[in-house]
Amino acid sequence: MKRSRRIVLEACLLLAAIVLPLILQALGEDFYISFATRLLIFALAATSLNFIVGYGGMVAFGHAAFFGLGAYVVAFLMVAGVTSAWIAWPVALGVTALAAIVIGAISLRTRGVYFIMITLAFAQMIYYSIISLQVAGGDDGLPLIQRSTLSPFDLADDTTLYWTTLSLLAACLHALQHISHSRFGRALAGLRQNEVRMEALGYPVFRLKLVCFVVGSTIGGLAGALLANQNGLASPSLLYWTQSGMLLVMVILGGVGYRYGGVVGAITLLGLEEVLGRFTEYSHFFIGLVLLAIALFSPGGLASLRGQRQ
Amino acid sequence: MTQLVIEQALNGLQFGLMLFLLAAGLTLVFGIMDMINLSHGSLYMGGAYLGAAATHASGSFLIGMLTSMAGMAVIGVLLEITLLRKLYQRDHLVQVLATFALILIANEVVRMLWGSKPLMLNPPANLAGPVELLGFSYPAYRLLIIAVGITVAGLLYLLVTRTRTGMWVRAGASNREMAEVLGINVRRLFTGVFALGAALCALAGILLGPLLAVQVGMGESILILSFVVIVIGGIGSIRGALIGSLLVGSVDTLGRALLPTLLRSVTAPEIARQLGPAIASILIYLLMAGILFWRPQGLFPARG
Repeated sequence: MKRSRRIVLEACLLLAAIVLPLILQALGEDFYISFATRLLIFALAATSLNFIVGYGGMVAFGHAAFFGLGAYVVAFLMVAGVTSAWIAWPVALGVTALAAIVIGAISLRTRGVYFIMITLAFAQMIYYSIISLQVAGGDDGLPLIQRSTLSPFDLADDTTLYWTTLSLLAACLHALQHISHSRFGRALAGLRQNEVRMEALGYPVFRLKLVCFVVGSTIGGLAGALLANQNGLASPSLLYWTQSGMLLVMVILGGVGYRYGGVVGAITLLGLEEVLGRFTEYSHFFIGLVLLAIALFSPGGLASLRGQRQ
Repeated sequence: MTQLVIEQALNGLQFGLMLFLLAAGLTLVFGIMDMINLSHGSLYMGGAYLGAAATHASGSFLIGMLTSMAGMAVIGVLLEITLLRKLYQRDHLVQVLATFALILIANEVVRMLWGSKPLMLNPPANLAGPVELLGFSYPAYRLLIIAVGITVAGLLYLLVTRTRTGMWVRAGASNREMAEVLGINVRRLFTGVFALGAALCALAGILLGPLLAVQVGMGESILILSFVVIVIGGIGSIRGALIGSLLVGSVDTLGRALLPTLLRSVTAPEIARQLGPAIASILIYLLMAGILFWRPQGLFPARG
């Protein structure tokens, strides 16, 4: 697709996404505004994981750790009386980034399958630590008394939360896009091709990979902070390994390394869940069949059906 | 105190042996075919359900056990031939996607057949009580699990280290292409390995059935433990899987039982009560991260 055509298409989609809640309100289907927000939040989480897996070439199987940490930090601060999003969200990002630096620095010593497993181990450690802490609500999770306040905007309003999420998703997509075309992004592309060569050319391989891992994980934390607000709860299931699996499945389903892979995957998976859930009690059975078909017949994911990997 | 330690050590041994039944199949699948099989836990769940159903229908635990092992071996072979075989040459990510899909499908099929409520499975009546052992009583059924576990682990060890088939399996795990060039039919060998792995999963499922709940999702938590085991032991190594299972089984069991008490003697009771369970439940993951940090290939790397 030509660049100009793509920009027009992107602008049209963005516009449609902006006016969507107004249309839903007019139709009296307000419930779907919350659902759409949920889709966008998971799209953000999957996009951040896609940055690590697709651009950085690191198959991280512990993304739930950062997703969940973002949610828990917001909930903790709420209990402590900090309601302002201007404080709570940056703190959530800071904590996630810190965790990502420590976990990344240790995990990046290993590679391949062992990297998959060590990131999984760290995520499980965080999961078990949090559910055994009584201050974190144990198995029940930590409810939020109210949504964060983002003055001058009113996040208690579903539509405002939707627009906030949409702006953050658009900003992150734009930023990641920008990064992938920068010198850093080019170096990452080189790393994916041949790590030894990049090392020989004098690139700081370890540092490049760590930065990529930390950036992706931190954006995952942002998605978690948003989800805590949307659900009104920081739940331990956000930290469990099946959540990491779900996010990874979204990325693969959408298309690893494609700009909109995470977005397409998240919307497809959650959309299927919602639609099938209305017809059958066993929706995951059919979702499983769809995923299996994708794995067998279109291993590059849905985005690969159109071409233009970036 | 000593009695508690001995009892928990036996529990740890029992849990470790059951983990070995799961990890043995998983490590060979991983080692020989370089395939990440997340659906291994579903074979364990399927075995437990099939075993419980057959036990209820026949009234005999032994018949239930044998039926479930045979049934899961057949299902394993069908799964391998129709589906998994197509995934060996693919990327790890595609394998994750496909086998995660299998988990979703397996959970729903079990829910369709047996409903969402956990199934009850009782140990055989003559083993339900405790036995006297070195001056304290220990459940007879747990002793049976330990006995079966040691027997099967021993047989498996002999099979892999002392027979021709075992030699082929080890050759396949160490270097598949080379084994193929030397005339070993790795494909057919592997279907056999997969069937054996599935039967061992079923055995673990039905043996653990009376102790843990037979329920949907039971495979997911134990799957991760089996992965921890094989990564600690070194992927593709049976010996590593055995050592790793016993290590993980005893560290986990002893940690949960003893750590809170130990902490209470060094710190304030309030802190011990909070920290004890938290540290105990992450102990094995700390162990794994530590081992990977110092030995990134695990304790007994299979690939030379």
